[in-house]
Amino acid sequence: MALFEAKNVTKQYGNQLALDNVSISVPEQCIYGLLGPNGAGKTTLIRIINQITGPDSGELFLNGKKLMPDDVQVIGYLPEERGLYKKMKIGEQALYFAQLKGLSRAEAMKRLKYWFNKLDIIDWWGKKVEELSKGMQQKVQFIITVLHEPKLLIFDEPFTGFDPLNTNIVKNEILFLRERGATIIFSTHNMESVEELCDNITLIDKAKTILEGSVDEIRSQWAANEYDLVFDGDVKIEGNGQYNILNQHKDNNKSIIRMRMTGNINTNDILQTVMKSGNIISFNPALPSMNEIFIRVIEARN
Amino acid sequence: MNKISVIIKREYVSRVRKKSFIIMTILAPLLMAALVVLLPLLMMNQDGDFKKIAVIENNSDLFKGVIKNTKDAEYVYLENTKVDDLKKTFEKAGYYGILYISPELVNTPNAIQLISKQQPPIGLLQHIESSLKKEIERQKLLSYKIDNLDEIMKNIETNVSIQTIKIDESGSVKETSTGIAMGLAYILGLLMYMLVFIFGAQVMRGVIEEKTSRVVEVIISSVKPLQLMMGKIVGIALVGLTQFLIWIFLTMATVTVLKTTILQKSDPTEITQSVSQNLMSGDQQVAGTTQTADISPQLAEFSKMFDNAMNQPWGLIIICFIFYFITGYFLYASVFAAIGSAVDNETETQQFMLPVTIPIILALMVAIATMQNPESSVSFWCSMIPLTSPIVMMARIPFGVPYWQIAVSMVLMLVTFMGFVWMAAKVYRTGILMYGKKTSWKEMWKWLRYSG
Repeated sequence: MALFEAKNVTKQYGNQLALDNVSISVPEQCIYGLLGPNGAGKTTLIRIINQITGPDSGELFLNGKKLMPDDVQVIGYLPEERGLYKKMKIGEQALYFAQLKGLSRAEAMKRLKYWFNKLDIIDWWGKKVEELSKGMQQKVQFIITVLHEPKLLIFDEPFTGFDPLNTNIVKNEILFLRERGATIIFSTHNMESVEELCDNITLIDKAKTILEGSVDEIRSQWAANEYDLVFDGDVKIEGNGQYNILNQHKDNNKSIIRMRMTGNINTNDILQTVMKSGNIISFNPALPSMNEIFIRVIEARN
Repeated sequence: MNKISVIIKREYVSRVRKKSFIIMTILAPLLMAALVVLLPLLMMNQDGDFKKIAVIENNSDLFKGVIKNTKDAEYVYLENTKVDDLKKTFEKAGYYGILYISPELVNTPNAIQLISKQQPPIGLLQHIESSLKKEIERQKLLSYKIDNLDEIMKNIETNVSIQTIKIDESGSVKETSTGIAMGLAYILGLLMYMLVFIFGAQVMRGVIEEKTSRVVEVIISSVKPLQLMMGKIVGIALVGLTQFLIWIFLTMATVTVLKTTILQKSDPTEITQSVSQNLMSGDQQVAGTTQTADISPQLAEFSKMFDNAMNQPWGLIIICFIFYFITGYFLYASVFAAIGSAVDNETETQQFMLPVTIPIILALMVAIATMQNPESSVSFWCSMIPLTSPIVMMARIPFGVPYWQIAVSMVLMLVTFMGFVWMAAKVYRTGILMYGKKTSWKEMWKWLRYSG
């Protein structure tokens, strides 16, 4: 069942159309990627989900019911343009934001202690934000976002400003939150993390949805009947009527060959042909990366 | 509602805890009190040194003993001394200066010179001037050969102060004092100006801070922009009220403490007396009136002033002040908030600030003019127009304003206030999420028409 649904959402700023009849459906406990080039309308959609702005037309549903103003309590939002009060101590600040989300002071305090310990920033409780490194500020913001245990989490570029180590920590926290029942909408330009984390995606360009579905399905849809064949040692093969060789190169005493099938061909037949040339280590369908798909889709539209 | 109170609390606490707030709150009343108590002391004592002044007359002794010694100056009448001789040596001889009176004095009043190395204090000059003036007048009168002149002189000596009495429509008579009304008008107008301007500008800075530090989007995913704006405006208003209350309390406390400690060291009656004498003109000091005789009329004067002050319509003043403060502050603060939301940093506010400050400054100028002429049509219209009425109406009220005018002004204010807050909230809502674009008035006008 979909935890969150947006149906035919349209939003216009002056003469500019920011969202044109966009619909998304986010299944429960799913990590849902919201992709698109800069200025595509992602942030507008996210702001509409957070009820920061309202749509001109279209409907929004949370748990099958119409989205209401009070639902901000069960949504956690980490905006791309995020910041903290520079002169305020981070502990107090986190308490303030927790109270704005409707937590009592005592409850907020308890949970904050837990999270500050977990992310190893408890020693910084009484420090002002301006004394903190960017990564630490990001951690505080992450905690503020998840503290009220929202059912729906929205992360807009959550990994900017983190070093690889902290990126990994946050990644694991996101997966952990999903396991505990949260549903996550995740907007990013980092396609590697999309492949790694997202179950489903929607690709928006120029205010319109142009691609949506599960990551695996999309990748195999875009797979152009190509395979990667790897031999042990120095091996060269040539194309025949059944396949073409796109490129072949050597790497660490292995030969890697990208081939494209010319038609609907049984892979066993191919293997029987090519295994005569040397020792096969692996034979895999070559799925395009989300990065490739992204670029190809957007470029095709231009 | 609960969220607004969380916001108000943060806005309030974070400002009240600031060092600059604490320092300002404590220092300002100390300075004020010092001004209230020390300024008269300084004015009275001038530089505090005792001065000896040589008085030389050319070929006559008309003014011998005319200038009485005072607490801080002694006048030594030197006969048979040439000015030019003493000019070189007077300092060594222990004189502060030489007062030279030429014989043509009775006819040409400029024939008087005070020669000294330093700029002489005003009190000293006033004392000399008034003493000589009286004496010259007396001598001129003498030339008319009137019998019993001294007695007549004593008899005609009078102090004049105008008592103003106002009759209202019901015919009841009230004793008023234009001086008190003017002072009150000035204080009320200025207070309103300061409150609206200083704290309105703080609202703007707060909004800019939230916008530039990018904290705003995190907040408005939890609360409505209107709640955030209102929370900020109310929080800062409370900071302002806190500061003013502390100021009033501390100023009064310090004045009392200073009065009882510093003033008691010297003879209090003498000081208060010479303060008032110096503040008025030096005239009373001479002309034979003894110092003790001076005290009672001044005390009477003071109690009359006090009565007059109590005769002011205090209930009306307080109600109006609270009303105009709240509406005026909210009106301007919400406009300031809208401006803050539309810009990326404080330097960009200039172009928007000007149209907002013009009515405030205009109001202050009209308020000052109101003290000269409370019934002028400019004052009337400015006390009706909502952008200027909080300041101008407060300046008019001590002089008496018909109730219908106050009512019309308040209704206009209320309507405009709500309209402005509504518009400002719309601009604010869009503005706080706009980055990097230079905003124009046209752009803001467009934001006004965006839907939710």
